[in-house]
Amino acid sequence: MKSDAVSWFRMQEMFRFQGFQLFGIFLTAIPTSALGIFIIKKLKIKTLDGEPARIVKKEFNMGYVYGSLLFGIGWGLTGACPGPIYVQIGSGLSIAIVTLLSAMAGTWVYSYLKPKLPH
Amino acid sequence: MEVINFLRQPWPWYIAGPIIGLTVPLLLLTGNRILGISSSLRDLCAMCFPANIPFLKYNWKDHLWNIFFAIGLLLGGFIGGVLLHPVTAMPLSPATIHSLQGMGISRQPGILPVEIFSWAHLLTWQHLLIVVGGGFLVGFGTRYSGGCTSGHGIAGLSMMQWPSLVATILFFTGGILTANFILPLLIH
Repeated sequence: MKSDAVSWFRMQEMFRFQGFQLFGIFLTAIPTSALGIFIIKKLKIKTLDGEPARIVKKEFNMGYVYGSLLFGIGWGLTGACPGPIYVQIGSGLSIAIVTLLSAMAGTWVYSYLKPKLPH
Repeated sequence: MEVINFLRQPWPWYIAGPIIGLTVPLLLLTGNRILGISSSLRDLCAMCFPANIPFLKYNWKDHLWNIFFAIGLLLGGFIGGVLLHPVTAMPLSPATIHSLQGMGISRQPGILPVEIFSWAHLLTWQHLLIVVGGGFLVGFGTRYSGGCTSGHGIAGLSMMQWPSLVATILFFTGGILTANFILPLLIH
């Protein structure tokens, strides 16, 4: 919220390549995270429950392609990936409840159709 | 008051980005949790309407942290949007202001344009398509691809998951094409 990362306006600016704010956030968040993961692996830091930190390798399937394209269209339309929807509701925008319920409906329909969809 | 005024300002990307990036290793250390906000939509569905669907029949209580993360986002929105309510429109690039004005979107404080996202303007087919259709695609697409901007774009990429790279490139492509070519057809 405080960095405009959830702002519809800021996202339009990013999608039109007219501003650097959101690209800057991505380009600093990813290396920060990667560095943290690297340190955890290198020093074999355990989790709070004392388990070794574990990263499961993702197996590629076509769902990554179809799903991401569909999500991208929805993202472009609403200016919201799932995180910002919650932030919008919290900031008092009751209309975002419609977005959240629509997104839940989308997830539900995907769950229902999953066995029939190409992956 | 100095502090409050500072907090009201938008934070620069080089502060916000690293803070967001830190959540990934921290979540991993709290118990092998992988950041991914769209999963909370599945948990909410499993909680509210599982309807005997195999993909929704699992113990969502094991993922309760996901719901707490979502509640944290709600609270963050409340603090940022209500308590530290921005009084002026955020500074945008002149080119963006110009393009948005061409679509009938005025300069305004807040994070969503009232011209599209308000109860008073919801009931036109264009706005329903944007809010309801767009929301549906966000929920459908993220689950189909197994993640969103946080799960693939930040967590997946920083863990060198190459399917996440494919996903990130494609959802950016979808977003860029939609915002530049489809949205202007719907609002003008």
